[in-house]
Amino acid sequence: MIEVEGLTKDYGPRRAINDLTFRAEPGEILGFLGPNGAGKTTTMRILSGFMPPTMGIARVAGFDVVDESLEVRKRVGYLPETVPLYPDMTVFDYLKYMADLRHIKNGEERVDDVLEIVHMDERANGYISNLSKGMRQRIGLAQALLHEPEVLILDEPTIGLDPAQIREVRKLIREIGRERTVLLSTHILSEAQQICDRVLIINKGEIVVEDTPERLQAGLTGVQRVAVRVQGDGDGLEKLIGGISGVSRVTTTPEGSVEVESTPGKDIRPVIARNVIKAGFDLLELKSIDLSLEDIFIQLTREEPEPPSTDDSSEEVP
Amino acid sequence: MRNVWIIARREYKLFFISPVAYVVAFFFMILLGWFFYSALRDAIIQSTYQAYAPTVQIIISPLVTLLLFVMPAITMRSIAEEMRMGTMELLLTAPVKDWELVVGKWLGAFLFMLTLLAITWVFPIVLNFLVKPGIDQGILISGYLGLVLMVASLVAIGVFISSLFNSQVVVFLVSLAIVLVFWLVRPASSSTGGLANQILSYLNFIDHYLNFYQGTIDLSDIVYYLSLTSLGLFLGTVSVEIRRWR
Repeated sequence: MIEVEGLTKDYGPRRAINDLTFRAEPGEILGFLGPNGAGKTTTMRILSGFMPPTMGIARVAGFDVVDESLEVRKRVGYLPETVPLYPDMTVFDYLKYMADLRHIKNGEERVDDVLEIVHMDERANGYISNLSKGMRQRIGLAQALLHEPEVLILDEPTIGLDPAQIREVRKLIREIGRERTVLLSTHILSEAQQICDRVLIINKGEIVVEDTPERLQAGLTGVQRVAVRVQGDGDGLEKLIGGISGVSRVTTTPEGSVEVESTPGKDIRPVIARNVIKAGFDLLELKSIDLSLEDIFIQLTREEPEPPSTDDSSEEVP
Repeated sequence: MRNVWIIARREYKLFFISPVAYVVAFFFMILLGWFFYSALRDAIIQSTYQAYAPTVQIIISPLVTLLLFVMPAITMRSIAEEMRMGTMELLLTAPVKDWELVVGKWLGAFLFMLTLLAITWVFPIVLNFLVKPGIDQGILISGYLGLVLMVASLVAIGVFISSLFNSQVVVFLVSLAIVLVFWLVRPASSSTGGLANQILSYLNFIDHYLNFYQGTIDLSDIVYYLSLTSLGLFLGTVSVEIRRWR
C-alpha cells in the first residue's frame, strides 16, 4: 500500500513536486503519467526511500518513508529510471550481491528464479557490460523482484525493450499487480491504458487528474462518438442519421464513413443501426470512437496560454 | 554488520577485476623494489669501510611515502563511481544503513591495502637473509603495525573525499592535496611551542609514525590514527546522508 499526503519536494528554489496526495491499494496498478520533468521520478525516489521529501507524509507498506526508511526499503522493489548495474560484474554475481544485501535465504535459487521470470537465465554468466539496453532493463526488473516486495515502484519499466519484450513485461507487471501494489511511471499512454487500474496524470509537480483509464476517456469526451460505414457510396446516409433524435452533429469522412456525435447519457448506436437498415443500407460497421488517452493527456498537460499581464502583477518577473 | 561485510567483500573483489588496482600495485612494488635495491647497494658500499648492517627501515621509509601516493588511487573510485554510475540509487534504496555502506567501502579498500602490505613482507624476509644476525624484529613489527594504522586512516579519508564528488579525477586530486598537507605541513620551527604549532604538529601524519618507525609503540599514536579513521568514516557517512537531502 502507498499512502501519500501533501508530498512536496524542493530542489533549491525549484519546486519539483507540490502537495501530492494519492493512495494505491494492494492488488492495484497505479500508473503515473506526465511529461518529462513533471516530478514522476522525484516522487518515486521519495517513495523508495532514496531521498526524503521537503514536506508532507508518505507511507509505504504501512511505514513512514522518513522515520522508518529501512523498513520501507525492505518491502519495496525499485527500478530507477537509469538502471543501476555494475558493468564489470556478471548478471548472476550482480543479482547475488543484491540478494545478499537484502538477506535473502537461498539467494542463489532466488536469483535463478527471477532470471527465469525475466527470461535472462541464459545470460546468467555473461558480463553486464555486454548486455543490450533491453536486457539491462530486464536485469533491473529482476533486481526489483528479488525479495518479492509488497510494493513495486517502476520508473519507466518498458523503455528500451522491443515490442515482444514490452508485451511480456506488461504481462508480468499485471501478474505481480494482482496481489501487490505497483506504481509505475510511463509516458506511453497506451501502456497506462493497458495495464493500469488507475491513472494519475501529473504536470509541473501537481496532480492534474486521477481516475481509471476508462472513466478518464468517458468523462473528458462528454459526447459519444460513433462511426458508421455502409456498403456503396451511402448517399443520403448523413441526412438520415442527422434526423435521429439525440444526434448533435454528423460529418462524412474522406474515407466514406459517417461520424456521429451525440449528446451524452444515451447510447444511440441501436437506434442508428435500426434506422440505417430500415432505410435499405447494407451496414458494414458501427463502432464507437474513443478519445484516446493521448488526446486527454495533451489536453490536460497543455501549456495554458499566458494571460495578458496587468501592470500591477509584480509576482512573476519574466 | 553483515551488510558491511557483504559490501566490503564485493569492493575487495572488484580491485582484482579493475585494471587501476593492478597498475597501482605493479608500480608500487616496482618502485619499492628499486628503493630496496639502491638502499642495499649503498649499504654494501658503506660496509666496505665500516661494520654496517641496514635495518628494516630501508624498506619502511620508502613504503610510507609510497602509501601516501597510492591511497588516492585506490580510494578514488570508492563512492564517486557509484554516484556516477547511478548505482548509488540502488545501494541507498536497499535496506542498508548509510554507515554500513561507508564502512563497507572503507573495509574493502583497507583489506586491499593490507594485501599490498602483506606482499611487501618479501623485502624484510630477503633482508633477513642478507644481514647478520638477522633484522631487528621489534622494528619490523612496530613499523608494520604503524603502517596498518596509517593505511586505515588514509583509506578512511579517501573514502570520505570520494563521497564528496562524482568525478574520480577530482577525488584523486583532492585526496592527494590533503595527503600532502597532512604530510608536509608542520610547525615553522619546532622550538616555539605555540598552540597553532602544537595543533599542526599533532595533525601531522608522519610525526605520529616516527615512534613506530623507531620501534616503540605509543598509545597516543594509536589513538591518533584510530580517531582519524573514525573521523573519516563519520564524515563519509554524514556526506552520504547529505547527498540524500539534496
